[in-house]
Amino acid sequence: MNEKRNRKSKKTNQMKEIWRRFRKSKTAMLGLCLLIFVLCIAIFADVITPYENAISQSANRLDGPSAAHIFGTDELGRDLFARIVHGSRYSLLIGVSTSVLALVIGGLLGAIAAYYGGWVDSIIMRLTDVVMTVPPILLSLAVVAALGGSLRNLLIAITISCVPSMLRLVRSVVLGVVDEDYIEAARSYGASDMRIILKYVIPNALGPIIVTTTMNVANMILSAAGLSFLSLGVQPPAPEWGALLSDAKTYMFTAPHLLYIPGIFIVIAALSFNLAGDGLRDALDPKLKD
Amino acid sequence: MYKYVIKRILLTIPVLLGAVFLVFTIMYLTPGDPGTLILGITAKPEDIAALNHKLGADLPFFEQFFNYLKGIVLHFDFGTSYRSGKPVFDSILSRFPTTFQLALWSMLLSSVLGIALGIISAVKQYSVLDNALTTLAMLLSAMPGFWLGLMLMVLFALKLGWLPFGGVDTWQGYILPVITLSLGAAASEMRLTRSTMLETIRQDYIRTARSKGVPEKTVIWKHALRNALLPVVTSMGMNFGGSLGGAVIIETVFGMPGVGMLIVESIRQKDTPVVMAATMFLAVLFCFVMLGVDILYAYIDPRIKAKYKS
Repeated sequence: MNEKRNRKSKKTNQMKEIWRRFRKSKTAMLGLCLLIFVLCIAIFADVITPYENAISQSANRLDGPSAAHIFGTDELGRDLFARIVHGSRYSLLIGVSTSVLALVIGGLLGAIAAYYGGWVDSIIMRLTDVVMTVPPILLSLAVVAALGGSLRNLLIAITISCVPSMLRLVRSVVLGVVDEDYIEAARSYGASDMRIILKYVIPNALGPIIVTTTMNVANMILSAAGLSFLSLGVQPPAPEWGALLSDAKTYMFTAPHLLYIPGIFIVIAALSFNLAGDGLRDALDPKLKD
Repeated sequence: MYKYVIKRILLTIPVLLGAVFLVFTIMYLTPGDPGTLILGITAKPEDIAALNHKLGADLPFFEQFFNYLKGIVLHFDFGTSYRSGKPVFDSILSRFPTTFQLALWSMLLSSVLGIALGIISAVKQYSVLDNALTTLAMLLSAMPGFWLGLMLMVLFALKLGWLPFGGVDTWQGYILPVITLSLGAAASEMRLTRSTMLETIRQDYIRTARSKGVPEKTVIWKHALRNALLPVVTSMGMNFGGSLGGAVIIETVFGMPGVGMLIVESIRQKDTPVVMAATMFLAVLFCFVMLGVDILYAYIDPRIKAKYKS
C-alpha cells in the first residue's frame, strides 16, 4: 500500500518536473498559448459566429476588412472571419487525426519490427524503404489522383505519407531502449517480458514519440493545406484554410486580404504545434537541450 | 571502396522495382476502366470492351504490371496518354528541365544558406543574431510553401515590380520560385546544422584541440565542421527529394510548365498513365540522388571507408 502511494507520488513529481521545465521556456509557453487559442476557436466556433455566416452570400463582394466584416468578404460575399473560424475545425481535425493514425499504424509496425527483429524486421524495413523513395507530397498526390479529391481521401493520402517516418522513429527508439543497461538489469533479476515492456520500454520510448507526433500535426496541417490549395483535398464550399487560399489566388491582386489572413492562421496553427513540440522535447529530456 | 559502391547500387534495384510497383498499385485503384475514360461514358459498351482488350486493361493485375514493366525495360515505353494519345515519356522529358533546374538551384541555395547560417548560429549561441535566425527558421518551417510563394509574388512582382511573376521565358522567372522552394528547406537545414554543430563542439576532441592551444578558427573550421557536416550531407539528398515534391505545388503557383504541373493537370484530366509515369519518374530520380549522396557520404566518412578498405 505504502509502496503504491510512493510510486504514485513519484509519477506526479515527474509530471510536475516536466511541467516546471516546460514553463521555464518562453517559446514553449508561447506555443502552448497559441495552441489553446486555436483550440478555443475550433471548439467554440458556433458560439463565436454561426456556421450560417460562413456560407451565406451577400452583395458585398471582395470587400476589405470593415466593422461589419472584420476580415472582409470573399468573391461570393461570404464573411471571411466566419469562414476562418469554422475552417479551423478542418485544419485541426485533419492535422490531429492523421498524426495519431500514422502514430498507431507506424508505431505498431515499428514496434513489431524492433521487437521481433530478424526477417520480420527486414521485410518491414525494406517495404518502408520502398515507400520512402516516393517523396511524401507525391505519394499523397498519387493516392488522391487514384481515389479522387475528398476529405476522407485526403486523410488517407496524408496519413500514408507520414507512416514510414513514424515507423522508422518508433523502431529506432524501441531498439535503443531495448539495448539499455536497465533493461538488462531488469531481465537479470527475472522480470517478465510483459513487465519489461510495460514498465521500462513504453515509458522510456514515449517521449520522442509524443514530441514527433506533436510536430507531425504541424506538417500534416501544411500538407493538407497544400493539397486543398491544388483543389485536390477538401472540396468547396467547405472553408478549409488551404481551400480558402485556393480561391484567393484568383483575386489576390484585387483583394489581397483573402490571401494574407488565411495564411497567417495556417502559420499560427502550425507554429503552435511546432513550438509546443520543441518545448516538450526539452522538458522531457533535458540532456538533449543544446 | 568499390565493393561498397557496387553493393549500394545493387541494393537500389529492388527498391526501384518496389517504387514502380507501389505507384502502379496506387494508380490501379483508380475507379473506372481506361476504355470508359478515353471514349467517355456515352460510348458503346462493345467499343469500350474492345479498347480495354486492346490496351490489356482486362488482364489480371499482375499480368498488367509485368506488361507495363516489360514496356519500360525493353522499349522505354511508359504508356500512352489518354488525352493526347502521345507517349507519356516524351511529355515528361520535355518538361523535365524546368523541374530539375528548380530542384537543383533550390537545393544548392538552401544548402549554402542553411549550412552557413547554422554555423553562425551555433558559434554565436544565444546571441541576438542566433535568436533572430532561430525565430526566423521556426516561422519559415510553419509556413506553407505555396503561401510564401504567393506573398513573395505580391511583394516583388506586384508591389515592387522587380521580378516577373514566374514563368520560364527568362531566367529571372526562376528567381522567385527558387527562393520560395529553398527558404523552407534552408530553415530545416539551418536547424540541423546548428544542433549537430553544437553537439560536436562539446566533444572531447574539440576540448583537447582547444586545450592544446589550437586557434578557435581552426577548431571550428577544421575540427568541428568536418564532423558536424556528415548528417547534413544526408539531409541535402532528402532536401532534393523535398524540392522535387515541393516543385509540384510551386510550379502550379508560378505557372511553370514542369513535371509537377504536368502531374497536377493530369490528375484533373484523369489521365492516369501520365500521373503514374511522372510520379515514378520523380521517385526514380530521387532514388538515384540518394544513391549518389550515399556514395558521396562513404567518401567523406572515414568510418565507412575503413570498413570497406581492402
